[in-house]
Amino acid sequence: MAENSSGSRLDPWVQAYASRATSMRASEIRALFAVASRPEVVSLAGGMPFVEALDVEMFRSVVNSVITKDAKTALQYGAGQGHVSLRESVLEVMRPTGMSAHPDDIVITAGSQMAIDLIVRVMCNPGDVILVESPSYVGALGVFRAYEADIRHVAMDVDGLNPVALQEMIAKVKAEGKKVKLLYTIPSFHNPAGITQPQARRKEIVEIAQREDVLIIEDDPYALLSFDSIIHRPMAADEKERVVYCGSFSKIISAGLRIGWAVAPHALREKLVLANEAASLCPSNFTQMIVDEYLRTQDWLAQVATFRDIYQQRRDALLTALTDHMPPGVSWTVPTGGFYSWLTLPPGFDATAMLPRAVSHLVAYVPGTGFYADGQGRSNLRLSFCYPPPARIVEGVKRLSNVMSEEAELLKTFGVGGN
Amino acid sequence: MKVAVLAGGLSAEREVSLRSGRRVSQALRDKGVEVFEVDIDADLLPELRKLNPDVVLPLVHGQIGEDGSLREVLDVAGYKTLGSASAAARIAFEKPIANQIAAAAGVFVPKSIVLPQEAFKSLGAADLLESAISSIGLPMVVKPSHGGSALGASVVQTKAELPAAMVTAFSYGAVVLMQPFITGTEIAVCVLEDKTGIKTLPIVEIVPDHQLYDYDCRYTAGMTEFFVPARISPELTAAANEIAIKMHKALGLKDISRTDLIIDAAGNIWFLEVNINPGQTETSLFPQAIAAAGLDLGDVFLNLLTNLDQ
Repeated sequence: MAENSSGSRLDPWVQAYASRATSMRASEIRALFAVASRPEVVSLAGGMPFVEALDVEMFRSVVNSVITKDAKTALQYGAGQGHVSLRESVLEVMRPTGMSAHPDDIVITAGSQMAIDLIVRVMCNPGDVILVESPSYVGALGVFRAYEADIRHVAMDVDGLNPVALQEMIAKVKAEGKKVKLLYTIPSFHNPAGITQPQARRKEIVEIAQREDVLIIEDDPYALLSFDSIIHRPMAADEKERVVYCGSFSKIISAGLRIGWAVAPHALREKLVLANEAASLCPSNFTQMIVDEYLRTQDWLAQVATFRDIYQQRRDALLTALTDHMPPGVSWTVPTGGFYSWLTLPPGFDATAMLPRAVSHLVAYVPGTGFYADGQGRSNLRLSFCYPPPARIVEGVKRLSNVMSEEAELLKTFGVGGN
Repeated sequence: MKVAVLAGGLSAEREVSLRSGRRVSQALRDKGVEVFEVDIDADLLPELRKLNPDVVLPLVHGQIGEDGSLREVLDVAGYKTLGSASAAARIAFEKPIANQIAAAAGVFVPKSIVLPQEAFKSLGAADLLESAISSIGLPMVVKPSHGGSALGASVVQTKAELPAAMVTAFSYGAVVLMQPFITGTEIAVCVLEDKTGIKTLPIVEIVPDHQLYDYDCRYTAGMTEFFVPARISPELTAAANEIAIKMHKALGLKDISRTDLIIDAAGNIWFLEVNINPGQTETSLFPQAIAAAGLDLGDVFLNLLTNLDQ
């Protein structure tokens, strides 16, 4: 043997990483998503807002106006809590939902993703229990993992988070000698499930949270994108001390601006401001002022209506195509707003294992496992209808149907999953 | 010199190819070469006509990039291109055929069973899988007969795991290859061919964290330990180098190749596969071999391209 006893791992810090970085690595699934970005592929995977529906010239004038009116402020550091004028405008954006607040109750963040991060940062120690829906938003799960939380999924039914399952899970956690620190929920147009909690269900969940002394994170980025004219009243509208509300401009203006907000009880809000300053000093003054100028000078509600109509047409195209082309045994949710439908495949199908075949057929989706912290979701997948035009959605569903036919043949051949 | 680096495409190895393309392009730019990176699609030929490169450097992985198709197109269009000709690429890409050529050249090749999905459907999967286990034994490796980066590959320890492994492999391709899982020292021998002849670079020994040198271990820095040169005897080093050159010649490859081998406990060197378009990413084997030889990635590719230019 030669004398070369110590090798290279091509990473001098490999022994130094925090344990929370263990899951941060390359994966076949991520590699396949690189293909999904190509125009030949009908991507029903990513939840990208259809920003092409914005009037670029109008937006140019808004940006110009910000620079013309107050470039000195726009290009400078700002307050950790966010721009005061924008916080006032946020109140107007929340008004249709029934949410009321004082501008001082609001913390502006770099997208609502940052708001979720800050809440967990100030609330959770490693190992603290966070309850999430089953399935739950992949981006939130990423935050919870990063803070080494103990993530527990709670079953959903057609009305969203199931109160009986919630109560049982809290009891189970208590029996383990632990306490539930947070409940994370997306009550309206759930990502990925496409389900909406009725008001009675929200009330039940809040009551359980009060009884069990659990803080709720209410993630509500799709609030105004309702297809049936019903704007659902957030939990936080009626229970401000128990619920931290997270809102976002990503879906109603532009995801590229990276502006969201949290409405939090006073003491927690103070901590969120300090955490925001520690994380990024302040949200971008420039993009905050663009959002504020846009809200104050443009007919933003008309723009929301435009987005809503586009997404509704695309939702309809998806649902019709699923009805027309999906094989027997596949079921899906019917969203009344938002971006997503959640498919359940027949027994034996594995959406993760099927993805390479789908990509080679030029259609992409997100396998269900991404929306679970515990390995569930293999028989599920999420379809996004927000970005491709209706004809492409139909084409994508046709391709997916062919993929499933081939997969069914393969499973039957090898006797996998009782086929 | 104006070089068009082709990368990307629509295969599952798109991301790897893009990373390889960016790395080699930058290395060439550092040497003063004018480089254009082209993500291949239906506009490839119009794009190349517009760029009018002196040389084309294909770094596209997967089916079109490595099965000879892309090279055929470039040849028909009259572009001077680095790498193996399409006929050689076709043979190297088909692992079962490359295995046969290796065996004919006197190289140890693991016993293998190669079957399309249709065979299992027509002849009965249960019986065929039973026969495969009897013939090959367990543990075995199941992988698509095409493609790289270990995509779709699994190590099967028990009979019960085999059907799911077959489904995984068939998700990446229509034909699947089953081989015994040989444990030992996994090595890669990189070959360079220029006007001075064919030579090998220092051998890279691969010690992955997972049982298989899978996608995670290949492209996550830290998940594999590499030893360059490999911790093997001078005799085994010489024998491995000889096999890599033999495969390069036997398959009719040109300019660049990488042969993956495994040395078992008895010191037998087994052929795993040959790659005509090896990855050039930050964690790939070829750049490590180049660095261990005291060479520079940009210089190596510039030399190959210049050689081609003459």
